[in-house]
Amino acid sequence: MKSKKYAMVDTSRCVACGECTHSCPKYAISVRNGCHAQVDKGICVGCGLCGKNCPVGCIIFVEREER
Amino acid sequence: MHKKWYEYLWLWTILYFILGFFNILFAWLGMIDFCVPLVFALFNGNKGFCNRYCGRGQLLRKVGAEWKCSGNRGTPGWMSSKWFRYGFLVFFLAMFGNMVFQTWLVAAGAASLREVIKLFWTIRIPWDWAYLASAIPDWVVQFSFGFYSLMLTSTLIGLIVMILYKPRTWCVFCPMGTMTQWICKIRHRKQI
Repeated sequence: MKSKKYAMVDTSRCVACGECTHSCPKYAISVRNGCHAQVDKGICVGCGLCGKNCPVGCIIFVEREER
Repeated sequence: MHKKWYEYLWLWTILYFILGFFNILFAWLGMIDFCVPLVFALFNGNKGFCNRYCGRGQLLRKVGAEWKCSGNRGTPGWMSSKWFRYGFLVFFLAMFGNMVFQTWLVAAGAASLREVIKLFWTIRIPWDWAYLASAIPDWVVQFSFGFYSLMLTSTLIGLIVMILYKPRTWCVFCPMGTMTQWICKIRHRKQI
């Protein structure tokens, strides 16, 4: 079940170490395009593991928009 | 899930230090870790090396997260600030330049070969068992000692910040990471 929140990467601070991609249980994060991580908010369940493991602390959790 | 071959590259980092312990000439293999990230950044415009193939990063994750040796405290904000990251890069490059200069002095005959490892750029540790005089030019050996010192020092810094903060806190200010990030940013700016 999806949480009300999802992860978002502050791309200006991300160092693309890949720690978030490694820790994400849903494979919702990738570093494919260039030099920062990207979260697929459709897949993200907002578990918080990526934020917990990020050494920079550049992953924030934002509320999903109500539809 | 089946593990990919590159997920075992943390073993390469350990093997590198073991090889250098017995024969310092293996230190030259560390140039792979210097050149490959730059190749990724310059030709592909990404940090694929950092997030997939970096043996040191994997080792820090292994020891810190899997073997639970990390304090898992938040990395201080100043460590990820631009001035610190670029400042450390400049310092690191200056030390690398100094090492190349020492190598040049030996090549020119102005200095003799020093069979020591310099930890944290200050502490000299005798390492004479790792090299037996051979037909190899002294400057090649001098570079090996210098480069091994650099690799060992940076790994130790990585392990210290891993214990104090998060497993991959080293990646926040890793000079190679900062350099490749800079290259990537320039490349992507050009594309826009």
